[in-house]
Amino acid sequence: MRVVNGLIDWVDARLPVVNTYKKHMSEYYAPKNFNFWYYFGVLSMVVLVNQLLTGIWLTMFFSPSQGFESVEYIMRDVQWGWLIRYMHAVGASAFFAVVYIHMFRGLMYGSYKPPRELVWIFGMLIYVALMAEGFLGYVLPWGNMSYWGAQVIISLAGAIPFDVLPFIDANDAKEIGEALTTWVRGDYLLSTATVNKFFALHVVAIPLVLVALVFLHILALHEVGSNNPDGVEIKKNKDENGIPKDGIPFHPYYTVKDLPGVIIFMMVFAVVIFYFPTGGGYLIEKPNFAPADPLKTPDHIAPVWYYGPYYAMLRATTIDWFISSKAWGLIAMGGAIAILFLLPWLDRHPVKSIRYKGLLSKITLALFVVDFLILGYLGTQPATGLAKTVAQIGTVYYFLFFIVILPFGHRFEKSKPVPERVTGGH
Amino acid sequence: MSNDGVNTSRRTFLIGLTSAIGAAGAVGLAVPFVKSWLPSAKAENAGAPVQVDISKLELGQRVVQEWRGQPVWVVNRTDKMLEGLSQIEGSLRDPNSEEDQQPPYAKNQWRSIKKEYLVLIGTCTHLGCSPLYEQEPTVQLDHGGFFCPCHGSMFDLAGRVYQGVPAPTNLVVPPHSYLSESVIIVGSEEGETQA
Amino acid sequence: MKKFFAAILFSCLPVLAVAAGGHDAEYEKAPVNLQDKVSLQNGAKLFVNYCMGCHSLEYLRYGRMADDLGIPDELVLKYMNFTSDKIGDPMQNAMDKDDAKKWFGTAPPDLTLEARLRDPDWLYSYLIGFYEDESRPFGYNNKVFPNVGMPHVMAGMQEAVDEEEFKAAMGDITNFLTYAAEPIAPTRERIGVYVLVFLAILLVPAYLLKKEYWKDVH
Repeated sequence: MRVVNGLIDWVDARLPVVNTYKKHMSEYYAPKNFNFWYYFGVLSMVVLVNQLLTGIWLTMFFSPSQGFESVEYIMRDVQWGWLIRYMHAVGASAFFAVVYIHMFRGLMYGSYKPPRELVWIFGMLIYVALMAEGFLGYVLPWGNMSYWGAQVIISLAGAIPFDVLPFIDANDAKEIGEALTTWVRGDYLLSTATVNKFFALHVVAIPLVLVALVFLHILALHEVGSNNPDGVEIKKNKDENGIPKDGIPFHPYYTVKDLPGVIIFMMVFAVVIFYFPTGGGYLIEKPNFAPADPLKTPDHIAPVWYYGPYYAMLRATTIDWFISSKAWGLIAMGGAIAILFLLPWLDRHPVKSIRYKGLLSKITLALFVVDFLILGYLGTQPATGLAKTVAQIGTVYYFLFFIVILPFGHRFEKSKPVPERVTGGH
Repeated sequence: MSNDGVNTSRRTFLIGLTSAIGAAGAVGLAVPFVKSWLPSAKAENAGAPVQVDISKLELGQRVVQEWRGQPVWVVNRTDKMLEGLSQIEGSLRDPNSEEDQQPPYAKNQWRSIKKEYLVLIGTCTHLGCSPLYEQEPTVQLDHGGFFCPCHGSMFDLAGRVYQGVPAPTNLVVPPHSYLSESVIIVGSEEGETQA
Repeated sequence: MKKFFAAILFSCLPVLAVAAGGHDAEYEKAPVNLQDKVSLQNGAKLFVNYCMGCHSLEYLRYGRMADDLGIPDELVLKYMNFTSDKIGDPMQNAMDKDDAKKWFGTAPPDLTLEARLRDPDWLYSYLIGFYEDESRPFGYNNKVFPNVGMPHVMAGMQEAVDEEEFKAAMGDITNFLTYAAEPIAPTRERIGVYVLVFLAILLVPAYLLKKEYWKDVH
């Protein structure tokens, strides 16, 4: 024991181990009233670790220039390769599932409001990096849906209307968008050149960015302290030792509380991996069981479910005014994501938590969730007449929620009084 | 928050129990990741046994076949070559093949199943170069044998290492067997392993 | 608050129901049973005899199939593997893709993953769905794949046996192709049970530990 303590002292004199442990674990005071929705932050970490670990292992067996054969090699020839691949493929969807719920939690309890704006901004950057990572990873197995999905998304760059990138040699391309798509592909069609590029970004560049952003997200959170379902600032009520009266040390209380949550999540994850690895075509789509074929478009090209809402908004935009509807679609899609960054400043409600906001806020938030889910569903379905109209209404409401309801909604409702101290906590 | 009446022993017990089961789970989870490094079905297929046709192998000649990325030699030894083996035993490091460098059925004075056919993995036990086949006696090998050009290791015509050379052990005899009089299968013992 | 979430959940149900459904009722249910070794072996035999001249199973190795289906290696090498002498080789055929394209209009696809690309029910309905149609070059058309380029190679068999037997045979081929598309499936489902039981056991002390510590929090 003396040797161990001596070693800790030696290291601690040179590296702030004990201090860091105290600051982020044993003396990080979290509100005692976290509820169900607060599991999803730690679950995002669990899925991140899963993706990193299985991802590193997959790169050991995968060769991007033979994507399709490689995947079947992993699924059949590499011992236990099937499990590692399913963990990674299902893990991608699990990542978005927990992150979406985590974001909804923030939206519900106003976790982005001052002083937590940077926590939210870093979180949004993680979300955007995650979408890029998901897209790049989706292309790698080089199935037919990978190919055509990538084709559609890369063609979006072709909608960029202005000559914004003068440093790119346009060659014989007529417009900058066309030159840009050629630049991204590194070829005149999606090819090995594209996939090799995507592979490097997917396994090295974006993961590095993601890990760094996660670090900053947590660092910023621990600086300002966690919000809670009541939206009460626990730092306003401290005891004689300077410890928040409604706070409890993260370790051991939240570590032991998170553990059963993580285990239950793992059980759900295991059920999907072992019994529904393709998720009925929502996690691994049927057309991806055929290799990429530039001459054969799948009957219906749809993005994976987690891009559904944005894809629905892209397709729903059909106005031709000043610039093409394709460009407006791109603006709608980009705007839908960009507007989330502004959330801390758009929400001008005096009350943080939905618990104490008025009826209007509750109904509009519920509608927003339904709207997002419906858009998500429509994004994965063919755009027929009625679906298109619904998607258009959904798109309008999406923007209405952020531009009108969040900034001005509080004027039209009566909020309940916010308590001084947190409620509940068992 | 209050820490009155904390049941410390129950906490210690539950921490121990959870950690122990969790550790078992971590080991279980590590199994797929560790096992995935073993040769895949593709590698196993590429490393599958190979057949060597010896029906056209003339006396004193050698044939080389690749098996798992290594040269496998089959030498059809003449009576003169076989006689020479017993005469040089005094200058060998391990004349009786005590080191485990051959399957049990090749642990004999010929280091082979049938005395005329020698089957060896043709890589030097020193640093893995492929020795040269000296069919005729040379200055160093007065009964013929194998000479490694990298560091001068010498082996006799049963693959036994001489004393005073860098190679520590005899050349390896791979697992092999006879599918018929004229076909040897290297890497498999499904055929005959008795002379 | 509970009501609020319940309201959200219920308003999503119609969407989820549509998302979960969408199974095409027009296809006949395929008799898939991956535990039925006899059916799988028969399916393999029929596949090799009737299909493999044109369709390969390039991601399935003979040895893997032999092990999984309980067929001795010697029999596989003697009666099923016509293109190589190694049990570990993939199930290829000797057909030239360019020639095939000339003969049938499109090269016969590899069928290893067909059951996952389509659906076992689609496959089964396709196999039993050929009917006579003089307007087609080979004299047959198909109910689920109109104007398909593939000739009705099982026509002879269909005439020789009664309908039940023919359907059973096509069911066996479907079963075999379902196996070929994901040979690990039965193992996967078996391991899943162990994993879930383990996690359930781990949950007990973890939950008690949480309860014990949270006695402190008032």
